[in-house]
Amino acid sequence: MVKLVYRQQEWEVKPGMTVRDAILKTGLKPYAVLPVRDGKLINEETILRDGDEIKLVAVVSGG
Amino acid sequence: MKCRKCGRPAVINMRQHKLALCEEHFLEWVLEQTRRAIDRYHMFAPDDKVLVAVSGGKDSLSLWDVLLRLGYRAEGLYIKLGVEEGAYSDKSLGYVERFAAERGGVHFQVVDVKVTYGMSVLEVARARHRGHKACSVCGLIKRHIMNRVAYEGGYSCIATGHNLDDEVAVLMQNTLRWQVGYLARQSPVLPATHPRLARKVKPFVHLYERETAAYALVRGIDYIYDECPYAVGATTLFYKDLLNQLEERSPGAKLSFYLSFLRAREQGLTFTEQTRLELHDCPRCGQPTTAPGLCAFCRLWEN
Repeated sequence: MVKLVYRQQEWEVKPGMTVRDAILKTGLKPYAVLPVRDGKLINEETILRDGDEIKLVAVVSGG
Repeated sequence: MKCRKCGRPAVINMRQHKLALCEEHFLEWVLEQTRRAIDRYHMFAPDDKVLVAVSGGKDSLSLWDVLLRLGYRAEGLYIKLGVEEGAYSDKSLGYVERFAAERGGVHFQVVDVKVTYGMSVLEVARARHRGHKACSVCGLIKRHIMNRVAYEGGYSCIATGHNLDDEVAVLMQNTLRWQVGYLARQSPVLPATHPRLARKVKPFVHLYERETAAYALVRGIDYIYDECPYAVGATTLFYKDLLNQLEERSPGAKLSFYLSFLRAREQGLTFTEQTRLELHDCPRCGQPTTAPGLCAFCRLWEN
C-alpha cells in the first residue's frame, strides 16, 4: 500500500496509480499540494510504488 | 514525465508554460524568471542595497535566497509582530535566524513591535477597538517600519515576496469591486513618491505560488508552514482557491489575467492616473500623511 500524509491526516491507497489520482482520492485538490517522496519533490504523473510514503505539502502556507 | 532540458525525471510540471523540469533546471529557471522580472520592471540595479522583508514564510525566504544567489546586496528585515502572544512570531523568527546562519550570517535586522512601541499588533488593535481588523493594523505597522528602516539604512528599495497568486487574488477582488484607485496603483513596482516612502518591488511577480513553494522545498529552505492565525479564513485565500479552480480548467488563466491587466494599465487603456494627493510630513515620525497632523501610524499609539 501507499501512505499519503497531509498535515495531521493520513490515507492509504493502492500502488500503481499516479500521484495525481491518489491525491484526488483523498479529496484534496492537486493544485493545492506538492507531493514529496523521501524528502524529494516528485511530479504528479509519477506512478506510486508499494511501500511509498508521500508527504503532501500545502502550497499556501505561513508567513 | 521528463525534464524538457535534460531528460531526467521532472519534479514539477508548469502547465501554463508547458514546461516540465528536473530539480537542477527548475532552480535555474526560477533564478532566470526573477532576474527577468527585476530587469523588465527596472526594480533595482546590481549595486543597489536591497531590503528584503522576511516573515519566515516560503515566499520571502525563497526571494532572499534567489537574490543572494543572483549576487544582489540583499539584507533582511524581520518585523516581530507578537502574533499569538509571541509564540508564532518566535517560531517564524527562528526560521529567519537559521536561514541567515546557514548562509554565513547574511545581515538582517529585527524590529520588535512590542519592545519598540509598547504593544504587540493585536494588543494595539484591541486597544483601538480594531481587533476585528488586526490584518489592516498589521499592514499599517509593517509599512511604517519598512519605510523607516529603508530610509534610515539607505536602502534603494524594499523587496517583498508577493507571488503571482497574491497579485491576481488582489486584482480579482479589486476588479469585482471596481476599485479603480487600487487598480491604478497595483504594480510590480511602487515608486517612492516621497523621500521617506521607500520604493517597493515584487521580484516574484511572475511566479505562481506553487513554484515558490516548490523552490523552497527543492532548495531545502525550512520555513514556517502554519498560516498566520489571524489570516485563517481571509478573503484572499478564498479568491486564490477560486482562481486555482479556473487555472485547473484553463492552464495559464492566472498569468494571462495578470499580464493582460499590466499591459492594459501600461497603455492607459483602463484608468487615468488618479490625482496625486497632497502629502504632509507627520510632525512626529516625518513620514508623509494625507492630512495635516499625526500620521495614521503615530495616531495608533496615542492614548
